[in-house]
Amino acid sequence: MLTFIGLGLFDEYDISLKGLEAVREADLVYVEFYTSCLMGTTLEKMEKLYGKKVILLSREDVEQNPVWLNYAGDRKLCFLTGGDTMISTTHVDLRLRAEKLGIETRLIHGASIASAVSGLTGLQNYRFGKSASIPHPYESRRGTKVISETPYDIIKQNSELGLHTLVFLDIDKEKGYMTVNTALELLLGVEEKRGEGIMRGAAAVGIARAGSESPVVKADYAENLKDFDFGKPLHILVIPGKLHFLEAEALVKLAGGPIGFMKDVE
Amino acid sequence: MGRRKKMVERVTTLMNEPTKIRNIGIVAHIDHGKTTLSDNLLAGAGMISKELAGRQLFMDSDEEEQARGITIDASNVSMVHSFDNEDYLINLIDTPGHVDFGGDVTRAMRAVDGAVVVVDAVEGTMPQTETVLRQALREHVRPVLFVNKVDRLINELQVDAQEMQVRLGKVIDHVNKLIKNMNPEKYKAGWRVDAAAGTVAFGSALYNWAISVPMMKKTGISFNDVYNYCKAGDMKTLAEKCPLHEAVLDMVIHFLPNPLDAQKGRVPVIWHGDAKSEIGESMTHANPDGDLAFMVTDISVDPHAGEVATGRLFSGSFSRGMEVYTSGTAKKSRVQQVGIFMGPERLEVEKIPAGNIAAVTGLKEAIVGSTVTTLDGMTPFESIRHVSEPVVTVAVEAKHTKDLPKLIEVLRQVAKEDPTLQITLDEETGEHLMAGMGELHLEVIAHRIQRDKNVEITTSKPIVVYRETIKKKIEPVEGKSPNRHNRFYIFVEPLDLEIVSAIKAGDVSMNMPELERRQKLIELGMEKDEAKGIVGIFNSNIFIDVTKGIQYLNETMELVLDGFEEVMRAGPLTREPVANLKCVLVDAKLHEDAIHRGPAQVIPASRQAIQAGMLMADDTLLEPYQKVFVQVPQLLMGGATKELQGRRGIILNMTTEGDLAIIEARVPVAEMFGFAGEIRSATEGRAMWSTEFGGFDIVPTSIQNEIVGQIRERKGLKKELPKASDYLSM
Repeated sequence: MLTFIGLGLFDEYDISLKGLEAVREADLVYVEFYTSCLMGTTLEKMEKLYGKKVILLSREDVEQNPVWLNYAGDRKLCFLTGGDTMISTTHVDLRLRAEKLGIETRLIHGASIASAVSGLTGLQNYRFGKSASIPHPYESRRGTKVISETPYDIIKQNSELGLHTLVFLDIDKEKGYMTVNTALELLLGVEEKRGEGIMRGAAAVGIARAGSESPVVKADYAENLKDFDFGKPLHILVIPGKLHFLEAEALVKLAGGPIGFMKDVE
Repeated sequence: MGRRKKMVERVTTLMNEPTKIRNIGIVAHIDHGKTTLSDNLLAGAGMISKELAGRQLFMDSDEEEQARGITIDASNVSMVHSFDNEDYLINLIDTPGHVDFGGDVTRAMRAVDGAVVVVDAVEGTMPQTETVLRQALREHVRPVLFVNKVDRLINELQVDAQEMQVRLGKVIDHVNKLIKNMNPEKYKAGWRVDAAAGTVAFGSALYNWAISVPMMKKTGISFNDVYNYCKAGDMKTLAEKCPLHEAVLDMVIHFLPNPLDAQKGRVPVIWHGDAKSEIGESMTHANPDGDLAFMVTDISVDPHAGEVATGRLFSGSFSRGMEVYTSGTAKKSRVQQVGIFMGPERLEVEKIPAGNIAAVTGLKEAIVGSTVTTLDGMTPFESIRHVSEPVVTVAVEAKHTKDLPKLIEVLRQVAKEDPTLQITLDEETGEHLMAGMGELHLEVIAHRIQRDKNVEITTSKPIVVYRETIKKKIEPVEGKSPNRHNRFYIFVEPLDLEIVSAIKAGDVSMNMPELERRQKLIELGMEKDEAKGIVGIFNSNIFIDVTKGIQYLNETMELVLDGFEEVMRAGPLTREPVANLKCVLVDAKLHEDAIHRGPAQVIPASRQAIQAGMLMADDTLLEPYQKVFVQVPQLLMGGATKELQGRRGIILNMTTEGDLAIIEARVPVAEMFGFAGEIRSATEGRAMWSTEFGGFDIVPTSIQNEIVGQIRERKGLKKELPKASDYLSM
C-alpha cells in the first residue's frame, strides 16, 4: 500500500489529522523536498512529531531508481510532499508505476499554495487561467543563455481572456530559491526583448512564506514590486488579469496595492 | 637604443596607413630555413644586429626551440622596409614546420594576407610544403616563393650553371602544380608563382643573399654572376650586392596584398555573417572607425602583464579601456594594454587600427579562435580549421599531490594557448587527459608545463584516440526524461561523407545564413526538409529537427543539443569522441510547465535516446592513420618497407630519385609508437622520414573487440559491453 500525503504549506503541523495517522501507522515513511519544501520545519521536528524515522529521497531516487517502491508490496509506505501531493508535481508517474507493480495507492490531501494564494490575495479562484513556472536561466555548453519565455506567453494568453496567472518560482539545488524580485526582472527582461506590452505597467502580487505566522502579501505595479523586499523564501507570484471590484479592493486594502488598481475594474 | 626608438616611431605611423601594411607569414617544411630567413629579414630591416642574425635564431625565443633547433610556436614581429622610397610596415609571423605543430600554422594563416613559402633547393617540395600551402590557400592567403639554400646546389651537389636553372625551374613547377591542384580558380586568377613576373626569389637565407628577376634588373647581377660568386666562395659580396631582405621584402610589398585589398577577398571566406550588414561592410573595407572585429590566433603568457591575446584586427580600432564581448561567453571584458610585437618583445601603443596584427591584454574570456568585438551578438568568425585532429593522448599527474590544484590551473592555461590540445578530466578515474596531434607535440607541452609553469608531472605512455561512429540507419528511439513527462523520438544514421568533408572544410557551419547553408546541403544531396532543420553541428556530427509546430520545443532545443553534444564528446561504446553521425528528431512530447522540462529532465532524455540509437546502429570504432614518407637509399629499401608493413601499414606509392627510394605509406597511429628507433635500426640509420595526419578508417573487425575491451578497461568502464536497453529506462 502506497499513501501519497500532502504536508500542507509551512511546517510539520500543516499535515491533516488523517495524514498524521497514516504516517504513524506506516512501516516506512519517505519524503521528497525537490518539488517544494516546508520552510518552517526540519526532518528532525517531523520525526519527533510522527515518532518515526523519515527517509529523504533525492530527485534521482524518485525519478530514476525508485527501488523503494517495491517495498510497498507487503508493507505500508507513505510518500510525503509539500503542499498537496499531486499539484505542481510530476508524481502521477510514480502512482502509475506503482499501479503497474500491482501496488494499491491512495491520496491524503494537504493545503496547496494554489488555493492559498486566493485566500491571501483575495483574487477569486474562478478567475485564474493556466499556471506558469519561472525556471532559473540556463547557460548551455555553447554559452547560450536560455531564458524561458513560456511564462510570458502564458501570462499573455491569460490576460487576453482577463484571467489571473499563478506563477510558481523555481527551487533549485544549486541555484537556490527564486525570489519574486528575480522573477519580475526576468519577465520585464522578456518584455523589453519582445515589446508586446504584457508586463509594462502590469499589476503583480508577490507572496512570501504562505502558511507561516507572518506571510507577506504585497501588490504593486511590476516595475515597482521588483524592488520590494519580501524576506526569506518561499515566494510565489501572481500576475492578475482584469480585476473584479472586490478583488481590486482586497489588493488595495489587504495587500497594500496602489489606489489606481480600483479604477479599471469590472 | 636610439635606432630602436626611431623604428618604433616609424612603425606606429605606418600602422595607420593600411596601403602601407603587409601581414605575412613564412611557411615551409621543417628545416627548409624559415627561422633563419625571418632573422635575416629582421636584421636587414635594422631590427636586430647583423652579427646576431643567423646565429641567434631571434624568432625562436623559447629555450626549448633553441635547444631542439626547431620552431615550436608561431612568433610575431613587425618591421619597416623601404620600397621605391616609401616606408612599409611588415607584420611577420614565423611558423613551425614540424607536422606535430601544424595547428600553429593554421592559426597564423588566419592572421595574415600573404605567405612566403620557403622551399629547400636541394630537397624540393616536401609533404609539409604541401600541407602548409594548402592551409594558406584555404585561408585565402596569397603565396610567393623563396627557394632557399641555392648555394648547396652549387657547392654540395656541384651542378653547373645550366643544371642549376633547370633544377630551380623544377621546384617552381612543383609548387605551381600544388597550387593548381588545390585551388584551380586562384591559380587561374594569377596566384601561380612565376619567376619572370617576380613572385619567386632564389637565395641563401643563411648567407644573407637573394635574387629575383626584378632584383636582377635593379642590380645588374645575373644568374651566372650568382653562380660564379657561389663557386668562388664569395657569398659576402653577393650579400652586399643582393641583400636577402631587399629581394624578399620587395617581393612581399610588390606582390602580396595590403589589408584593404586582402580583406575584400578574405572576409567572405572566414566569416559567414551577412556581408551587407554594417559589420560585414566594415570588415570588408578594414574600417578603423567601425565596430571592433578581432580574431584571436594566439595566446601567450607574459610574466608581468598576464595573458596576451594576439590576432588579426579586421575592423575597428583597439584602445585601452574599451569594453568588448568575446564569442561564446556572456561576460564583457575590458582591454588593458594594446600593443604590437617586436620579436619576443611587446611594445605598448595607444591605438591599433583595423588591418594590423595586434597583441592585447585584459581579454579574460578569450581563447585561441575567439571573436572579440564591440558589437553585441556579432556572428563569430569561422572557427579555425585544423588539418590534423588530436589523435594521441597521455594522462597527466602531478608528482606531488599538493600541486594538484596548480596542475589543473596550468592545464587550463596550456589548453587556452594551444587549441589543438584537448584537456579532459576523466570523471571515472579522476585522471587529466591531454590529447594532441602526435607524440612530439605532447612531449613538448609536458616539458613546458614543468619548465615554464614549475609543476612537476608524470605522464603515462601515449594512447591512441579513437572515434566512434555507426554503420546503419535505425528507426526512431524514444528517449524519456527522468520524470517521464517528456519524450523525444530520435533516429540516427551515418552522415554522408561529402557532408562531413564540407563541415570539416568549414563550408557548412552554424554561423552561415540559414538559406545559404540549406542550399549548400541540398547541393551535397541532403533532403530539403532535413537541410532546413539543422539545429546543431558538433565536430563532424549534425543534429536535425524535422518536427513541426511543437509548442515549447524552441526553448527546449538548447537542452536537447546539450545532451547531443555530451554524447558526441563521449560515445556509448568506449566514451571516445563520436564522428560522422546524423541525429534526427522526428517528434517530441513536452510537459506543459517550464520547470518540469528543465535541464535535469531534457538533457538525459536526449542523451539516452542517442546513446541507445547508436548502439542499435552498430556502433563501431574508427582509428586514426598517419601518412608516413620515408626517404632511404635503394639498397636499404627492403628494411623500410618491411618495417612499415609490419605495422599494418599500406604502401601507397614508391618512387626513386637517383639512388634514393621515396616510400609513401599509410599506417595506423596505434602501430606507430616506437617507429623512430625501429626504422633507424632497420635502415642502418640512413632513412629520413616524416609524417602527417592521414585521416580515419574503421578498425578491422578482427581486432575491434580487443581494442574496445582495452579502452573500456583503461577507462574503468564495465567489462561487459553496453546494450541499448541500458539507456532506455523502464
